[in-house]
Formats: sequence, structure tokens, C-alpha cells
Amino acid sequence: MLIPCPHCGPRDVGEFTYGGDATKERPDPGSASAADWCDYVFQRENPRGAHLEYWHHTQGCRLWLRVRRDTVTHKIESAEIVGPWADASARETGNGEGQDVA
Amino acid sequence: MSGYRLASGGLVDRSRLLTFTFDGKRYQGFAGDTLASALLANGVDILGRSFKYHRPRGLFSAGVEEPNAMVTLRSGARTEPNCKASMVELFEGLEAKSQNRWPSLGLDIMAVNGLAGPLFSAGFYYKTFMGPTRKAWMLYEHFIRKAAGMGAGSQLPDPDHYEETNTFCDVLIAGAGPAGIMSAMAAAQSGARVVLADDQMEMGGSLRGTPLTVGETDGDAWCRSALAVLSMLPNVTMLPRNTVYGYYDDNTFGAVERVADHLPVPGEAMPRQRHWTIRAKRLVIAAGAIERPLIFAGNDKPGVMLADAVRVYAERYGVAAGQRVALFVNNDGAYRTVEALAKAGVTVVAVIDPRLQIGAQARSAVEASGAELLTGQVVTSARGGRRLTAIEVTPFDPANGVRDVLPRSIAADCLAVSGGWTPTIHLASQASGPARWDEDLAAFLPGDPLQPWQAAGACNGAFSTAECLAAGIQAGAEAARACGFTLSPISVPAVGAEIVCDAILPLWDARPAGGKGKAFVDLQHDVTASDVSLAHREGFRSVEHLKRYTTLGMATDQGKTSNMAGLALMAHERGLTIPEVGTTRFRPPYTPIALGALAGQARGSHFRPLRRTPMHDWHVAAGADMMEVGLWQRPRVYRRDGESVEQAYIREARQVRQGVGIVDVSTLGKIDVQGPDAAEFLNRVYSNGFLKLPEGKARYGLMLREDGFLWDDGTTWRLAEHRFLMTTTTANAATVLSQLEFLLAAVWPELKVAVTSVSEQWAAMAVSGPRTRDVLSTVLDDIEMSNEGFPFMGVREGTLDGIPVLVARLSFSGELAYEVYCGAHFGEAVWRKIMAAGAAHDIVAYGLEALGTLRIEKGHVAGPELDGRTTAEDLGLGGMASRKKDYIGSAMMDREGLIDENRMKLVGLISRDGQPVRSGSHLILPNGESPPRSLGHVTSSTYSPALEKYIALGLLENGRERIGEALVATYPLKGHNVDVEVVSSHFFDPEGSRMHV
Repeated sequence: MLIPCPHCGPRDVGEFTYGGDATKERPDPGSASAADWCDYVFQRENPRGAHLEYWHHTQGCRLWLRVRRDTVTHKIESAEIVGPWADASARETGNGEGQDVA
Repeated sequence: MSGYRLASGGLVDRSRLLTFTFDGKRYQGFAGDTLASALLANGVDILGRSFKYHRPRGLFSAGVEEPNAMVTLRSGARTEPNCKASMVELFEGLEAKSQNRWPSLGLDIMAVNGLAGPLFSAGFYYKTFMGPTRKAWMLYEHFIRKAAGMGAGSQLPDPDHYEETNTFCDVLIAGAGPAGIMSAMAAAQSGARVVLADDQMEMGGSLRGTPLTVGETDGDAWCRSALAVLSMLPNVTMLPRNTVYGYYDDNTFGAVERVADHLPVPGEAMPRQRHWTIRAKRLVIAAGAIERPLIFAGNDKPGVMLADAVRVYAERYGVAAGQRVALFVNNDGAYRTVEALAKAGVTVVAVIDPRLQIGAQARSAVEASGAELLTGQVVTSARGGRRLTAIEVTPFDPANGVRDVLPRSIAADCLAVSGGWTPTIHLASQASGPARWDEDLAAFLPGDPLQPWQAAGACNGAFSTAECLAAGIQAGAEAARACGFTLSPISVPAVGAEIVCDAILPLWDARPAGGKGKAFVDLQHDVTASDVSLAHREGFRSVEHLKRYTTLGMATDQGKTSNMAGLALMAHERGLTIPEVGTTRFRPPYTPIALGALAGQARGSHFRPLRRTPMHDWHVAAGADMMEVGLWQRPRVYRRDGESVEQAYIREARQVRQGVGIVDVSTLGKIDVQGPDAAEFLNRVYSNGFLKLPEGKARYGLMLREDGFLWDDGTTWRLAEHRFLMTTTTANAATVLSQLEFLLAAVWPELKVAVTSVSEQWAAMAVSGPRTRDVLSTVLDDIEMSNEGFPFMGVREGTLDGIPVLVARLSFSGELAYEVYCGAHFGEAVWRKIMAAGAAHDIVAYGLEALGTLRIEKGHVAGPELDGRTTAEDLGLGGMASRKKDYIGSAMMDREGLIDENRMKLVGLISRDGQPVRSGSHLILPNGESPPRSLGHVTSSTYSPALEKYIALGLLENGRERIGEALVATYPLKGHNVDVEVVSSHFFDPEGSRMHV
């Protein structure tokens, strides 16, 4: 399987680590119930077909990606960078001068 | 003795004689022979005994589909069992042995299994050894396993090398027969990068050795010149002896090249086999087809062979498969064999064909051969003991089947059978929808592609050479065009008159009603037609159940010759059509592959990376016992003359408590954490507070998992307002970094923090003991070392004899101690300078054992206690789990089960009888119930020089309430029982006075 890393290009799945369901959002510690935490930490669907999941480019750029993958065909519809580096590539094509990534 | 070498013909080099042995007997063959063709030429009839019934078996095919002729090659460490004789290239001195026979091939006492036939029918083991008789399995298993089986490996390490490589191309072509060669031609002339792979010793497929006219010459010469052209093109890579065995995601292919299997011993620096990972934009499958056998009683007798194999042995190897050959065929294509045998001067006695009408060309081939043509008849039985002697022929009509009349007997020593052809759709099936049934060909064809491939030639149902050449050009052109190349037309070479494989009459079962004798479907696994009926009667009717119940198609040949007949028989039993019954999906590998080829170079010390610390060479030179810890090499003890490991670590630990010692801690995970929100980030990651940690100070931190259990610990140093150096345990270095990166990306993207691994950049050593300050103050240039000027948990930057260092006053040993960090390449220099400065104080280098001893004496936790099932409270660290802030794990750490009072808690254990306490022992009551209930277990143990006793740490139910109790640490596997007393885990200097001086 090849994962199209937006930073590195298409790379073999062996360079990545699977990070699980990317639809789960960490509950707000201030207001979440025990059931919310149980759902976030333990409950996972095992869908047949489209799945949004995290992959970590561990042996590459080390960015976390949000990948939309079909669990039956392994076809990858999209892969995007998660977090503050999401538009890093856009910055590169811009003036690129002295911008603080963090 | 039936097969023999023809006076002329074949592609073998008759000027090069090769000597080989089979079961110790010497034979001769020619260069270009396979082991199969050479044995056939020498008249060797029996090549093996069958899997269950130990029936004599001879050669059946001329390719990868061979179910019978499995041999063990070579000897000693190079012994290789289950090699198909038809795929083994002959070499001088080749050593082959038959399999599954005892004591010898000719006399096999297990052949009585054949007489006890019904006993070994499908489901025998399930029925015989279930329920009350299950215990009998224990008794008989050894004998049954010995009786049923194949070759055995040598148990010795493989002396040969294997390697792995990768390649990339536009068009990969699997199979270099007429279709594959033309595909390569068409794709290559467009400029596309082409890889042409073929599993035979020479490329050419059905063209090899054929007299059929192709272009201006015969097919054999045409394919040689075509291959010569291809091999000169810079954009074409030819991979002969290379099986594309698996089709994976994104057009990735696994292939194994048999680099040196055809040599007695691989040449110097030559791998035995090479594994290829091939990535191709398009795949052209030109894998050909495999002939099907027919089912009649005794269809496994030595001498019964596939018809096309009989032709191949005559045309390609110059070998006649018998002296009186009969054919039993249901399609015109098989008459090519009649033609070839007649041309070679081999006697063809009769051709039996269930059809009433046969093609004109087929008919004239028989007439030219002088054989008797028996249409509308079938072979109902093959007779003979160690070799076919006669066949029985009975009239047949398609409507009513075999007529119940007295059969006619015809003497023959070879019966060439053809039930039509099964396209090799294995690769396609791994990347397609369901296989498509073609009624005219009575065969499954590739289904709709789910990945970018196209099939061409016989695997796609085109069975004539002319069709294959045309289909190959089309497929190659389409594939290249799909990759963006433009093509100029190339012409299809003209093909002379050929007998075409059409007008097939599907005939799956030629047994008369109530006929006797075993009729085999799966030769390799000894599955008979009546086993299929039995499976049906007993309710195992889906193809998947049929396969598992009878093991049909589950042998090393994966049913290449048997699957279709099995499906057809089941369809007949169920009154359904074959497509209604359906077929199973083929999974990789297409043919068995050696584990060595998959492992490649990753064996022995190359199995995984080896990590060495910057001071590694010093440790080795100092005579340390190095041990593997994860990927790391670490010093265990530095033994002096005559010392045992225990004596060495006791000496080392004692010296640390009395004087000074130094230990390499470079393996700790080190993560640089920077950014304006770094402190806030650490405060959310650790269970204890980090917001108020002053610059120039370190703090011990605990990390929990989101589920509330303890995960990792370490010290984190605040180097500047926005900069921290985090340390993790050696084991979790990589996973902690990944988790931090995840949190910053997905959970708290608003935090302005960057994390980077600096584990490899820092060398680290801990200097401990009451004399440490004396030692370090002589080598540190500019760091104030007084207790007030450099307090406990302080962090200082400075230089050590000119080398930049970070020094933190931390203590894992419980003594006055400092960790000294420096650039990795200065590691050994700094270590040596400290050793030199410490010489006056008798400084000792200590290893992992003493490190463990010192921390156990202090009750400090490490990997064995941080086992993923313990909470902070369990380990007496509950006070470090803040109740005043949110952090990873805070929401779930107070779940009912995690705060249960009876949970196992960390305790200290002291051996009461002077015996060592084994880690992993269970803690039980001294005179309790039997069998005893485990109250907990021992996690870490050592001899304590400070206490002069064997001590241990353990996890014990309600442990803190049990202090003072007497228990037994039991290790039943070794019969080891030690009386222990439960104590506080802080064995030594519980006030911590020694490290604050």
C-alpha cells in the first residue's frame, strides 16, 4: 500500500505507523462524562468501506496524517497533514522567508 | 522401464553429459534436462509415494503444477524437501531422494494404508479422534504424522545467502510465452520501462522446442530471436527463473528469483535466491494455462500423464514418456501430442475421445500416427501395479454417461490425458472481482480488474499460438498507452497451421456407476472422487467447506490440476452448474517460496538494528559482559578475574555506596521540547505539575496513558524559559515521542511547541557515590559544585576539561549523584576524563546489574514495575498524580477498578532463608490452601550489599497492609520456594539523606 504523504509524496506503508480512528475527538476534560471518555478511549467501529484514520509518517517527515481509506479496497481517497503544520506546503510556495513553523 | 531418450530432438545439449543420483543410484542426463526429463529418459517409473495411501506415483506434468514427483534435493545443511522434479534443472552431481516412503521406494510398508482405504477417507481424523476416542490421538499422532507426510528439512542453518531488491517499471509482464513476449515487444517499442518475468529456466513458454511455424521460421527459433532483441533493449529488464507470486496493493508485486538453484552450490557472493519487490504502473498477466486431468479408476498409476506434458518431454527434451502411448482426451488441442509423438517415432496405440465429432486436423493427426481412434468412448480404468500396463475402454454418450458394457482392454505403458485447460488466473484473482465462467471453454477466466492489469493469452482463454501473439501485442500496447506512451503499430507474425484447443466436451468423471477402484481428484493430497461425494453427503457442500473437509487443493500444489474437477464433481452432486457452485479465491504465493527468500538479509545479527552507545568501545575494552536490551548493547557487569556475575555486581554496587561509580545511561530517551507553550504542554502530559519548574532545575515526572494507567517516567530539565530536555525510559523512547507529536498535531494544535528526538545526539553518564563531588570538581571547569551552589535537582551548563556538558544533580542510586550529558562524539572522551579523575578515589564503572541493585535498594521503579497494569497509586506514587489540573489520564485514573483498595501494591521483600528470590515468583501464604492462590508476584530481585541480604520488589494484593507478614515466593516451574518477609519498598536510607549532602 502506498500512502500519499502531502509532505514526502507517495511512500510505502512500511514507513508509517497506524494511529487509529481519526473521527474520535478528545472530550473536553471540563465537561465530559465518564461515558464520553469510555467512548473516546475504548469504543471503535470496524467499518467496511470508507474510514477516516490517523497515520504517522514515523520513518519519514514524522507528520501525523488524516487519511481517508477504504478498508475493503485499500484505496486512499485523501491524505492531509494534521495540526499546525497542515499548511506547511503552502508556506513553502509562498515567500517562505523566516516563518516560524511552531 | 518405459520412458526412454529419443535418438534425436529436443533442446538438450547431447554433448554435455551430467551425472546425478536418485535414491543413491547413479544416472546420466544432458545439460538442459530437468530432473524429471532425465529420470523419464532413464526409465525411472516411480518417483514418490502418495501422501495418505503410499501409492506409487510417477511423473505427471512438465511444470509448476506437478503434484506427484516431489523430491528432496541435496543433503546436509542444503537439504531441500518437496522440490518438484519438473522444475529442478539438472546439474552435475545433483543428489535427489524420493519422499514419503519407508524403507524404500520400491517396497513401502505403509502401502497397506491403501488396502485400509475407507479408513483414511475425508474427515477420518475428525471422526476417529473426536469425543471419547480423543485420547487415542495422543497415542497414535506420532505414527499418523509419520505415515502421512512429505519431505523433511535438515534442521541445520541454511548456509546460503538470500537477498532482496526492488525495481520500478511502467509495465510488468508476468509470463514470457508467446503472449508475454509480444506484450513486451509492443510495450518496449513505445519507450515504456518494461520488466519481463518468467518462472521457467528459459523464456519462451509453449514456443520452446515447438516445430510450429512462427514468422519465417519455427516457433523455437522465432522466440529465441525475439528474446535476443528484447534483451538488448535498454528499457527492458528480463527476469528469467523468476516467479511473480503475489499481487499486492497499489500494483506492488512479490517475486522470487531462483538465482543459484540450478547450481550445485551458489558462486562466491551469489545469493541462492533473490526476492524482488516490483512496483509497476500496469501489469500484463500472460501466465498461460494448466492442463486438467480426467477422473477414472487408477488415474494415478505411474504412466498416466498430462497429454501436453508428454508432448513437451518429446519436443523440448527428446524423451518419450512410454513405448506404447495411449491418449484419453476430450478436446482437439491434445491431438498436438499425437502429432508430436508420431513425428518423434513414438508408438501411439490408441486415442480415446468421448466426443463423436473431432476436428479435421485432429483426425488427420491420428491417421498419420497410425493409432486407433476410438471416439464416443472413455477410459474407465487404468491397470497395472508399479506401472501402467493396460487401460479399459468403454463406450460413452454425453446424455447417459458411461455405458454398462464389458470394457475393452488395451495394452499401454503410458496414458496421456487431457480434460481441457484451466487458465492460470491466480495473479488476476488476487486483484479482481469474481472469476468469470466461460461456457465454451468450460473454464474460469479472470474477473473484472480491481487494480490496473490486463490479461493476455491462454490465461485469458486464448489457447492458440496465433491468438496469443495477437492478444499479447494488444495488451502490451494498451498497457503502455495507459502509462502515457505513444505507440507505432507492430505486426503479428504469421503462424503456420496449428491444431487449436477448442470443441471441448466437458467430461469431469469417467467412472461407470458402481465402478470400483480409487479415482483421484487431488493427487498430491490423495483426495478421491468418492471423498467429494462423501463431503456432499455429510453436508460440506460449499466449495470452502469441501476444500477444508477433504483438504482438496490444500497441498503444496494448491490444487493446480485438481480444483476444477473438484468443483465440477460437487456441482454434479448438488445438481448445480459449476459457476453456481463458484470457485475459491487464489491467495499468494502462486508457488511455495522459501522463508529464506522472504527473510533476505534480515537474519542472524542483521535481523534487526544493533544500537551501541558512544562509550561502547570503552566498555568492550574494559572487559564488560555486554547484553542486549531491546536493540541496545549495554554493559551488564565489568567482571574482574575469576568473578561471577553476582560477585561483580555486588562489588560494583558496594563501591558506589562507599566511594564513587560511573554508569552509561546514554540509552535513555531524550526529547528536546521547545516553544512558548512548552511548560503548559508538559503540564498536560505529566501527572505532576511542571508550570512552576524554575529554569536550571529538573523534575521527576510521571506520564499516564489516557486510560489512567501509568506509562512512563523520567526527569525533565528546564534549560530556559521556553526550552526543556525531557528524558524517557529506554524502552519507551520512540513511543513517547510519537505520542507527543500526536498530541501537538491532533489534540492541542493551538499549543506553540516543537518536539525533536535528541536521544542520539547526547551521550549520558551518571556518576554516583559519596566521593562524586570530589571527582567531578577536578574535571569540571566552571561549575560551582557546593551543595548550596548546585542543589539537588539542579541543572548546570558548563565545560568539562574544555568539552561542553550539561550536568544535572539527579540520583537513581540514592547516593550523591550527577548525570553528565555531552555531545555524542565527546562521550568516550568525557567518560575517560571522569575515570581518570576518579582513579584517586577508586572509581568503578558499573553495569546494568549494579544499577538495578542500587535502585531496588531504594525502591525506585523501572520497567518490571511499569508493566502497563499498574497505577501511580499502586507504586506508591499516588501523590504525584495531581488532582488540581487536567492531564493525559486524569479523567480515567479514578475508575472503580483502578482505585480498589485490594489492588496489588508495590512492596519490598526480604529473603528470610538466605536464598535468592527469583523474579516472576508468585507470592503465596506459607500454609495456605492447595493449590495456593497467588497474592501477587516478584518483579525485580537482587542481592543487597547494603542490607547483606537477598531482597526483591513485588506487587502484592493490599500490600501496604501486609508489611511484616511472612509469605512464600514460589516458582513452581523450577520447584523454587523462598520464605520472604514483606517490608517497605524503601529498603535503604528511606529519608534520602545520602543524596542531599
